[in-house]
Amino acid sequence: MVAKPQLVCPAGSLAALKAAVDNGADDVYLGFRNDTNARNFAGLNFDDKSLAEGIRYAHQRKRRVLAAINTYAQAGRFADWTRSVDTAAALGIDAVIIADPAVLDYAAQKHPAMRRHLSVQASATSYEAINFCREKFGIQRAVLPRVLTLAQVENVIRNTEVEIEVFGFGSLCVMNEGRCWLSSYATGESPNTVGACSPAKYVQWEKKPNEMDVRLNGILIDRYRNDENAGYPTICKGRFEVAGETYYAMEEPASLNVLEMLPEIIKIGVAAIKVEGRQRSPTYVAQVTRNLRQALDAVIAAPDKYSVKPAWAAELGKVSEGSQITLGAYNRPWR
Amino acid sequence: MTTRFKAPVIPAFALPPLVAWLGARLPQWPHSVNLVLALNAARKLGVLPEETLQELEGRQFRVTVLDTGMVVDFAYRQGAFRPVFISVGTPDLHFTARLSAFLQMVSRQEDPDTLFFNRTLTVEGDTELGLRVKNMLDALEWPRLSWQGMRPTFLKS
Repeated sequence: MVAKPQLVCPAGSLAALKAAVDNGADDVYLGFRNDTNARNFAGLNFDDKSLAEGIRYAHQRKRRVLAAINTYAQAGRFADWTRSVDTAAALGIDAVIIADPAVLDYAAQKHPAMRRHLSVQASATSYEAINFCREKFGIQRAVLPRVLTLAQVENVIRNTEVEIEVFGFGSLCVMNEGRCWLSSYATGESPNTVGACSPAKYVQWEKKPNEMDVRLNGILIDRYRNDENAGYPTICKGRFEVAGETYYAMEEPASLNVLEMLPEIIKIGVAAIKVEGRQRSPTYVAQVTRNLRQALDAVIAAPDKYSVKPAWAAELGKVSEGSQITLGAYNRPWR
Repeated sequence: MTTRFKAPVIPAFALPPLVAWLGARLPQWPHSVNLVLALNAARKLGVLPEETLQELEGRQFRVTVLDTGMVVDFAYRQGAFRPVFISVGTPDLHFTARLSAFLQMVSRQEDPDTLFFNRTLTVEGDTELGLRVKNMLDALEWPRLSWQGMRPTFLKS
C-alpha cells in the first residue's frame, strides 16, 4: 500500500477554485490581488471577499486552501508582505507558501500555528537547504524546483522530515526557478520582484499574413508560422539566432506531464503533486484536475496494473503549452 | 437529486466559405448592437466586475468571427458599452477566431490559452488589456442550472 499524495491545484479566480474542488483537488493554491504572489496579472487573483468565500467553499467540502505569498519583499515595502500573511491567517487559510526568508520568519514568529510551505521560488533543491528552513522557520513542506531527476528527488525525501511537493503538470520554466533574471533582462521586471514573468504591458503580438511575431519590450522572441503552435512570451522559450542558426536556444515551449511515471513518483514518497497554472481558466483547472485525480486514484488502487489511459493523455496534451508534453528533469540522463 | 446541466459538446467546425462571403457583405451594425445590448445587460446585472470595467474606459474592441464574416466593433465609454458604427483606426483589442472556438470558450469547453497556443484564437492589440478581459471572463460564475429545469415542460415526465 502506497501513501496517497495530495493533489494541489491552481486557482486564479473563485470560479477556478470551485472547478478544482469539484474535480477532485485536495488542496487549492491561490494568491492575493497584488505583487506578493508570482502570478500578479491584471484581473487575476483574490480579494479578501472572494478568498473568504473560496475558503468557505473548500472547507465545507473538506479541502484545504493554500496562499502563495511567494515573491521577495521589496525595499521599504515589507509591510505589504506581512499584511498578506496576516490576512491569510485572519481568513483561516490552511498554509502559506513563502519564498523570502524574511517573510517566512515573520510568519513563523507571528502565526506559529499556521502551516508554512517553502515555495518553489525559494529555489531549494538540496535537503540541506530544506532542513535549514525547517530549523529556522519551521516549514512543514517544501515545493521542489523542476530541476531534479527522480533519483535526486528521492534522495531529498530520504534525508528530510519536511513533506516534499513536486510538480506533476503544467508549463515549465527554464531550469533556474526562483533565480531567473531573463524577464528582468528585457523589461526590468521579474517574478521575484513584481510577481510576473514577461509582464503583459511589455508583450506585443503582431499578426502578419503568414506569420505572427511576438516581442518583449521590443526584443523579438519568436516568429510563428501559421501552422506552428505558440507558447508563452518568455525569453526562455524564444527562438534566437545563435552562431548562424535560429532555434530554441534555451528550451522549447512544452508542459511537464508526469502521468507516465506517476507510480514511481508516488513510490518514493512525495507528499503532494502540484499542478501549475494559476493564470489559466477554470476550464483548464477542471480538465487537468479531473484527469490527474483519476490517474492518482488508479495508481493508489492498483499500482502494478496502472497504465496511462489515452483519454487522460489526450486531454492533458491538448491543454499543454505549445501542445507538447515532456517529463522534464525527472528523467534526464545527465546530472 | 439534481443533475448538473451539461452543455452539448461543441466540435471544432468551420462553416462553409459561402457563409463568410455572404456575411461579410451584410451590414455589421446589427451584430454590434446585439452584442452591446447583451454586455450592458450583464453589466447592469452586476455579472461583470465594476473594478475591471473601469479599466476598459475609453477603449475600443473588435471581435471577428472568421467563418461567418461577422466583424463587431464596440467601445466602453462613460460607464457603458456602445456600438461603433464607423471604426476609425486600429481597435485597442481585437479577438479573431471561428464561430466554434468562440462557442467553445463561452461554454467553458475549451481554455482560451489552449486555443491561443494552438492558433485557433488570435489576440491583437494591447496585451495587458487582453489579459484583463480574458481574466474577467474567466472569473465569471455562471449559474448552475439543473438539466430538469432547462427542459421544456412538455418533455418533463
